[in-house]
Amino acid sequence: MTQALPSEAEQDQVMEISMGPQHPSTHGVFRMDIRLDGERVLRLKPVIGYLHRNHEKIAEAASYLAAIPYTDRLDYLCSMTNNWGYALAVEKLAGLTVPERAEYIRVIVSELTRLQNHASVVGFLLQDMGASGTPLMYAFREREKVMDLFESLSGARMMCNYMRFGGVRVDCSAEWLSQAAKVVAGFNGFLDEFERLLTGNEILMARTQGVGVLPRELAINAGVTGPGLRASGVNYDLRKVDSYGVYGRFEFRVPLGEHGDVYDRYMMRVLEMRESLRILEQALRDIPSGPFMDPKARLRGLRPKVGEAYARIESPKGELGFYLISDGSPNPYRYRVRPPSLINLTVLEDMCLGQSIADVVVILGSIDIVLGEVDR
Amino acid sequence: MLGEGIVKGLAETARNFLGSFIEKDRLVTVQYPEERLPVVEAARMFPFLIYDGVDQEEGLRCVACQICEKECPPQCIHIEKSKDKKPDFIGKQQFYPAVFDIDVSVCMSCQICVEVCPFDAIRMDNEFELSTDDRFAGLLWPKEKLAMPNEHYLAIHPTEATEVEARRAEEKAQAEAKKASQPAAVAK
Repeated sequence: MTQALPSEAEQDQVMEISMGPQHPSTHGVFRMDIRLDGERVLRLKPVIGYLHRNHEKIAEAASYLAAIPYTDRLDYLCSMTNNWGYALAVEKLAGLTVPERAEYIRVIVSELTRLQNHASVVGFLLQDMGASGTPLMYAFREREKVMDLFESLSGARMMCNYMRFGGVRVDCSAEWLSQAAKVVAGFNGFLDEFERLLTGNEILMARTQGVGVLPRELAINAGVTGPGLRASGVNYDLRKVDSYGVYGRFEFRVPLGEHGDVYDRYMMRVLEMRESLRILEQALRDIPSGPFMDPKARLRGLRPKVGEAYARIESPKGELGFYLISDGSPNPYRYRVRPPSLINLTVLEDMCLGQSIADVVVILGSIDIVLGEVDR
Repeated sequence: MLGEGIVKGLAETARNFLGSFIEKDRLVTVQYPEERLPVVEAARMFPFLIYDGVDQEEGLRCVACQICEKECPPQCIHIEKSKDKKPDFIGKQQFYPAVFDIDVSVCMSCQICVEVCPFDAIRMDNEFELSTDDRFAGLLWPKEKLAMPNEHYLAIHPTEATEVEARRAEEKAQAEAKKASQPAAVAK
């Protein structure tokens, strides 16, 4: 059967555009095939794979240790949480325990990661909306302070390669902890400033409220996690649900949205930063002294028993999971990443249908994707 | 009132702009390359090979065990073992690398080679201006270019290097004590 050709009038009105992969607001090399009626989106097809680096197969060919620096490059804004997710999976597989001090250090660096990720995401979102420069640069100014902390601790600003199976690579000094406490103390001031700058802004509200609504049921069914899910009003945070590490000991709340629109997703990030600061204050106060590595853990030649393990953590973007199968050899038989960015991206079309093309950019920015993690 | 949020936001921007004339910490941009920030001690960029003494052929600590070559995640290290042996710092006969190349363009500065090295022979340099216009030979560093004196290590990572020095001095003392006691045992 031959397909009916669109009528001439339809051909005049419907336009197909390919947005990306070089478009500045697609956050990397991401392409969207969009069918437009005027400015209204009729269909949107995400095209991914431009940054595919064979991450999973490389990790299967390399030793367990050699995969850690590769996990840095998944979500390159949050290398610390990626390290943690992978280390947790291997620790489950190999039955290693983590000393108390290392658990606290992990919480501290992960919450610092959350701060800098959310700060830059909100900055980028505003940049996408046309607030060129100012919010992003304010966010980057604060992010740089966290980066400096990471650099003095791990030696690198972004590719930290910091966590090891059974602990962390180097201990943090008392001086570093006091520096971290200073950054944490100063961050609330930045958030106040940021909120004065933006939260009540009428242009921001007009651009974001009621735009890109993600219904609660769809969010759950599509497996969306992270701030995007909580903006739709679902109380699901792995730090509370799983209480991995020592998260059970800290007092913090999980901010929830009501409408599931872009504005709620923006507010989730700002509120989560405030909660992260609370966790950080408690962790920096309570951090015990002691060893930072499991004495049983060896750096090289890790050969876990035959078996499988899945570990998941609440990365700034959502549920980050690592699935490993060991066949008793020095490298995993199967290594699989459950990236939050990719799965959160699946609802992009549902959020964009019927919206204008300018809103597509804003909705994409509010999902918070990093292509290193989407394509792997 | 409509527009109140915008006015508030602009007041914030103005405060930041005017504040930048008074408060130093609002001016965070560094005019690289004229201005440079000090490099932190933990900084890691590209590995180098340590040699003791003045002669880099003789003092090179590397014994070509090839652990780093095996563990290197992007596989950027190439080592060929020597046929003959030479004495190391405690007088034990060891192999040495006949060829030791690292590809600058492949290395991802992860420091795994440093962590796995049992001989304290490879460490991370903090030199970050590594660009070159020679994209073939200029990016493959041979051991002559990688070798750096121990003093360099002591200068860039003082805390870590003094610990390593102390440990090596102890090992050497133990080896010498053993050597001193052994002929006596034979004589008995």
